[in-house]
Amino acid sequence: MLSRRIKSEAVETAMFATIRVLSFAVLAFLVFILGFIISRGYSALSWEFISGMPRDEMTAGGIFPALLGTFYLMIGSALVSIPIGIITAIYLTEYSRRPALVKLIRLGVSNLAGVPSVVFGLFGLALFVVFLDFGTSILAGSLTLGILNLPVIIRSTEEALMTVPGTYREASLSLGATRLQTIFRIVLPNAMPGILTGVMLSLGRAAGETAPIMFTAASYYAPELPASIFDQVMALPYHIYVMATAGTHITETRPIQYGTAIILILLVLALNSIGLVLRYRFRKRMKG
Amino acid sequence: MRVTRKSIIFETIVERLFLVIGMLCLFLLMLISVFLFTEGLPILKNVSPGEFLGGTQWYPTSGNPRFGVLPLIMASIAVTLLASLIAVPLSLAIAVYLAELAAPRVREIVKPVVEIIASIPSVIIGFFGMVVVAPFLQAKFGLDTGLNLFNAALMLAFMAVPTIASISEDAISSVPVSLKEGSFALGANRWQTIFYITIPASLSGIWTAVILGISRVIGETMVVLMVAGGAAIIPKSIFDPVRPLTSNIAAEMAEAAVGGDHYHALFAIGIILFLITFAFNLVADYLSNRYKFKGS
Repeated sequence: MLSRRIKSEAVETAMFATIRVLSFAVLAFLVFILGFIISRGYSALSWEFISGMPRDEMTAGGIFPALLGTFYLMIGSALVSIPIGIITAIYLTEYSRRPALVKLIRLGVSNLAGVPSVVFGLFGLALFVVFLDFGTSILAGSLTLGILNLPVIIRSTEEALMTVPGTYREASLSLGATRLQTIFRIVLPNAMPGILTGVMLSLGRAAGETAPIMFTAASYYAPELPASIFDQVMALPYHIYVMATAGTHITETRPIQYGTAIILILLVLALNSIGLVLRYRFRKRMKG
Repeated sequence: MRVTRKSIIFETIVERLFLVIGMLCLFLLMLISVFLFTEGLPILKNVSPGEFLGGTQWYPTSGNPRFGVLPLIMASIAVTLLASLIAVPLSLAIAVYLAELAAPRVREIVKPVVEIIASIPSVIIGFFGMVVVAPFLQAKFGLDTGLNLFNAALMLAFMAVPTIASISEDAISSVPVSLKEGSFALGANRWQTIFYITIPASLSGIWTAVILGISRVIGETMVVLMVAGGAAIIPKSIFDPVRPLTSNIAAEMAEAAVGGDHYHALFAIGIILFLITFAFNLVADYLSNRYKFKGS
């Protein structure tokens, strides 16, 4: 009996140690990836790198057009996903009296979230680039990324709306406010930090996705900055991909690749960190 | 605020409008399948379904083009299986660690860090696989190329960990305390309680997590495009270069003429991916709705 107890305690100790080691191995791998890229690339960073145009067949100079292109795509996709996503979430949590329909829409949202990003790229190519004849453009890429991001916005907005206590709504309605007034003056302001979390996460995703923009928006090299939403753009993730895999200067341009990777990582991590901090604070406030 | 007739009409119009916008997701999902099928099915006019799905030769641009996607399907399956084998134990370790072992203060740090992993763009992971993991594997195992099935699976496993870990952790955390207390009262220690009580009780949630994680891995594009090696062969070893479905679309779409056989074939591959991930998501949704603890 005693030996069995000792044995089971030994098993417990061993298993807990294994679990800790595995967990920290994953975290260490993350630190290694980020640390490696930053240590290799920071020397390439300079003001000229961020603000300059590429030179000498892309083997020197800056990445300004790619940075600008990613910015345009972020803004364009946000214009698509934020209004539609927030209104969908409002409908699901505040309006619908049909549970079956709500369930069906939620199922649709979770399936949309599961569609592979490259399939969104195919869809964007077939609908926006070819069928609607927008061409490979900021417009087509923004629409594709906007649809890809809808589930992100819908889910976080829904979560935020549901944490606003029902008593707030009742108080507003009992003062004679209409449903719409209640939503826009009481519910949305109280849910705003949670909604902003979704916005930040979706912006980060728009900045980092490559496959959906490969055939809908991105170009390897554009000699001039885009002049309209019907122009192609360079974009940070696509820039990294092309520089690392295609062309004749793959090894010479490694510093540019690392530098671009750092900029993309910083951009995405900044957006996501803001989002996570907002959510953390929001959840704490709603609990407290 | 007086409720006027005008404002009632306005409210009704807005409600209808919101309903229409709310339905948009369903409409988009339908639209995606319509466009995939109209652009993908025409390939079956020239290639029979058997040749397409069972053919072992993928030579889309040769004089006598052949569109057999079996090597691509096998590559996707192999990469996904291997990635899952690596990702599931790691994810469960993190889930158990966060839910049962970690001190609250450590937990508050580790949890967001795991979420940070989910946010790293796949092109960055792929880039790291190319410049660090590939040369390492090549030297370590004396391979022709470090860009292969194993490298891709490793990188994909890392990307799948946050999905599987966070959903599993939710499931493990939602197991009623009374179950665990019953176990402790019978003299079981913490590990025995976790292994015999908590994990079995949260198994449906863990399955949901694993299925969603796998579905994410099948659909991931940039990592396999950059590190899987790109050879359209049925893999025989985990160090063979392979060409999964997603990477094949991404690699070839730029050179395929709109409306040609190659273009249609790539969309048909899109249909396969769409159907697989759709099925996985339905199963995950079913599992997560079916077995939820309704309070203790």
